[in-house]
Amino acid sequence: MGSKPWITLLALAAFTTVAQAQDKTSDIIARGEYLARAGDCTACHTAPEGRLFAGGRAMPTPFGTLYTSNITPDPETGIGKWSADDFYKTMHSGRFPDGGLIYPAMPFASYTKVTRTDSDAIFAYLRSIPPVNQKNRPHDLRFPYDNRQLILGWRTLFFREGEFKPDPTKSAEWNRGAYLVEGLGHCSMCHSPINALGGTSQSDAFKGGLIPMQNWYAPSLTSNREAGLGDWSIKDITDLLQTGVSARGVVYGPMAEVVHNSLQYLSDEDTRAMAVYLKSIAEPSPPPPPSSALPTTESSLLISLGKTVYDKSCASCHGIQGEGKPPHWPPLANNQSIEMESAVNPIRMVLNGGYPPGTKGNPMPYGMPPFAGLLSDNEVAAVVSYIRTAWGNRGTPVSAREANELRSAPLN
Amino acid sequence: MFARAAASAVVIVTLAAFDGAAAQPANQPPDTMAARVEACTPCHGNKGEGTSDVYFPRLAGKPAGYLYNQLLAFRSGRRKYPPMNYLLEFLPDPYLEAMAEYFAGEHPPLPQPAPSEVSKEVLAQGELLATSGDAGRNIPACVSCHGPGLTGMQPGIPGLLGLRAAYVSAQLGAWRYGTRTAKSPDCMQLVAGHLTEADVTAVAAWLATRPAPTNPAPVPKGTYALPFGCGSQPN
Ligand code: HEC
Ligand code: HEC
Ligand code: HEC
Ligand code: HEC
Ligand code: HEC
Repeated sequence: MGSKPWITLLALAAFTTVAQAQDKTSDIIARGEYLARAGDCTACHTAPEGRLFAGGRAMPTPFGTLYTSNITPDPETGIGKWSADDFYKTMHSGRFPDGGLIYPAMPFASYTKVTRTDSDAIFAYLRSIPPVNQKNRPHDLRFPYDNRQLILGWRTLFFREGEFKPDPTKSAEWNRGAYLVEGLGHCSMCHSPINALGGTSQSDAFKGGLIPMQNWYAPSLTSNREAGLGDWSIKDITDLLQTGVSARGVVYGPMAEVVHNSLQYLSDEDTRAMAVYLKSIAEPSPPPPPSSALPTTESSLLISLGKTVYDKSCASCHGIQGEGKPPHWPPLANNQSIEMESAVNPIRMVLNGGYPPGTKGNPMPYGMPPFAGLLSDNEVAAVVSYIRTAWGNRGTPVSAREANELRSAPLN
Repeated sequence: MFARAAASAVVIVTLAAFDGAAAQPANQPPDTMAARVEACTPCHGNKGEGTSDVYFPRLAGKPAGYLYNQLLAFRSGRRKYPPMNYLLEFLPDPYLEAMAEYFAGEHPPLPQPAPSEVSKEVLAQGELLATSGDAGRNIPACVSCHGPGLTGMQPGIPGLLGLRAAYVSAQLGAWRYGTRTAKSPDCMQLVAGHLTEADVTAVAAWLATRPAPTNPAPVPKGTYALPFGCGSQPN
């Protein structure tokens, strides 16, 4: 379990690549396609109803709207004239071929960990797809953010260039998981506190954060009070990542997108490696959150209204005791994702309902109706307060104002 | 740490208690489409018959191909209604097809026609447009595509009965303003583009007064020829 298997594996991989280089172009392309899935390039570089990787997808940010690039091999409007070196420079250093700075909305801060071999495979794959002649749409950023020189400041604070360095004290499986999660998976792009500059700092990586503009909370992957997976079984984690549902909870919102476009395509081995790594990074639980800001009589009234709403509108699926019918109707008792300090996700879940993503492992998911039109702010706050505190759950009550504010959260 | 241990103890006890009940196959949701579309029914009714909200359309009995086209358009955001765009975003084609077939196969009775709030003259104008069109203004009769009985045609043309006036005028308005589009050539865009605000009010009002036909089923594909091509109704 020490460093040896890892090194042997690397040596083997290097050997096989060299030995079979000539006639295995198609293998490299297939590997590149797989890695492009692991990197979820399509989430950003393919527009709804647009051609594959032709870009043009709008990415709203607090600073204005970015439009993603055409990364098809079209020589005029795509990356048809790029070399593998140019491409590696983008992935690894966040720079255009001419040295110009790339906005960190392109997750090069994570992709920098990708190996040269993997970068070349992705490039080979991108060269093999049909070219699309479609000009990049200029970004629409407010002054002063339209000045790319500002990216330098962000890079100094948040960008550490460098390929993934395996930890020789850990297993090959753990290292493979770490490589995928920290690199192509760019999980920390969402699962970190977002600071005013739109960056994530290394020391805060995986500590959780509210995704700007989208108003979804991406929970900490290290804290057991949030989505730290320390006490999950490996099977529950791999189920969640691969199918979108599990005995412990389901994915929704932006995480449904990640599973739909990316994680469902990963091999059983890679999924397991990620699960092993994710389970290992969960830290010991921090102290319990500050107690509720609501006066206790008020919160107990709220919670008793909440029980009434719950029994009438929710229990048919989630069970009187919050036990659910897992994995399709998720349990709410002992479900970390509703007990977190931030109540944004459970409130939005009640307002908007949802379907887990349709995946190979769960092609016809069960859904939850949106309650925005059926429950008042007070009832939403009440039922969310109830599920956060009933059955031994350790969350705190929420107010009608919080529920009201999230009614206007964007739905896409 | 103690709180955590105590909490999981409670859960273990409740789960154990539940295990007894789970001897029946009640531990999984029913393996049916009806259970899978429970996310839709507060707005569309248990069998897709519609609800009291006048903007929430009936789905039941419409041609499956038509419903499927709508689900694809909502999923991609081409047809906009954020709560539905959100629900459908990550559902695969075959599942949307299954949902379309499910609602196409439901046949709850059509609602009673609503008493109309518009004048006889306006209703007469609506009837004229629907049944004869207005050749002078390049408006084909609605029945020429939606069928003599207005029950639609398989696979892509919906019937126009059982819809409320508010919904029909909102849809025609959406086509006129380009916020609803269908597969190209988008024949409904051409039709709606020639309608005035007054035409829309009239035809929507008249349609809503129509009684349920004895056979509300869409007629088979190719029963009649369309006056011009529609992308959503392949020949
Ligand atoms: C979270 C969204 C996001 C993801 C995921 C993403 N990109 Fe990008 N990418 C962008 C944006 C935005 C730009 C434009 C940046 C700029 O103009 O500075 C970009 C630019 C690029 C460029 C520069 C092309 C050019 O000429 O402008 C390349 C190459 C690229 N991305 C490749 C990839 C690959 C390969 C992947 C997957 C491994 C990927 N991207 C994943 C958002 C993303
Ligand atoms: C028709 C069955 C159904 C009903 C009724 C229902 N839900 Fe759900 N619920 C689901 C399904 C299915 C999911 C998974 C949705 C997803 O992944 O987008 C879910 C997910 C959730 C989640 C997120 C769980 C997680 O693992 O993170 C919460 C919180 C929730 N429901 C609360 C409620 C509340 C509160 C009510 C009543 C107001 C309710 N639900 C009514 C089926 C239902
Ligand atoms: C686009 C933003 C985004 C990216 C990228 C992302 N996540 Fe998430 N993730 C979220 C959000 C938002 C949630 C909360 C909703 C939920 O629980 O499904 C979440 C939830 C989770 C959960 C908790 C699920 C539960 O039921 O408790 C896990 C585990 C997780 N993500 C793992 C990952 C991993 C691993 C990656 C990288 C491969 C990743 N995420 C990438 C946004 C993201
Ligand atoms: C919050 C209420 C709501 C929910 C939930 C909802 N819908 Fe809808 N649906 C609407 C409204 C409103 C429209 C009309 C939108 C418009 O103005 O174009 C519509 C339109 C449709 C149409 C097009 C009907 C036609 O005749 O053109 C279909 C098909 C449909 N919905 C299916 C579904 C399915 C399937 C689900 C569940 C996955 C669902 N809807 C969930 C409100 C809802
Ligand atoms: C040339 C053929 C054609 C003519 C003429 C025509 N329609 Fe349509 N109509 C269609 C097609 C095709 C659709 C389905 C479009 C789609 O796939 O979204 C449609 C859809 C509709 C819808 C949407 C129904 C729903 O449930 O959302 C309404 C309303 C409608 N038509 C009204 C009319 C009216 C009123 C007229 C007469 C003024 C008319 N149509 C004339 C072909 C036609």
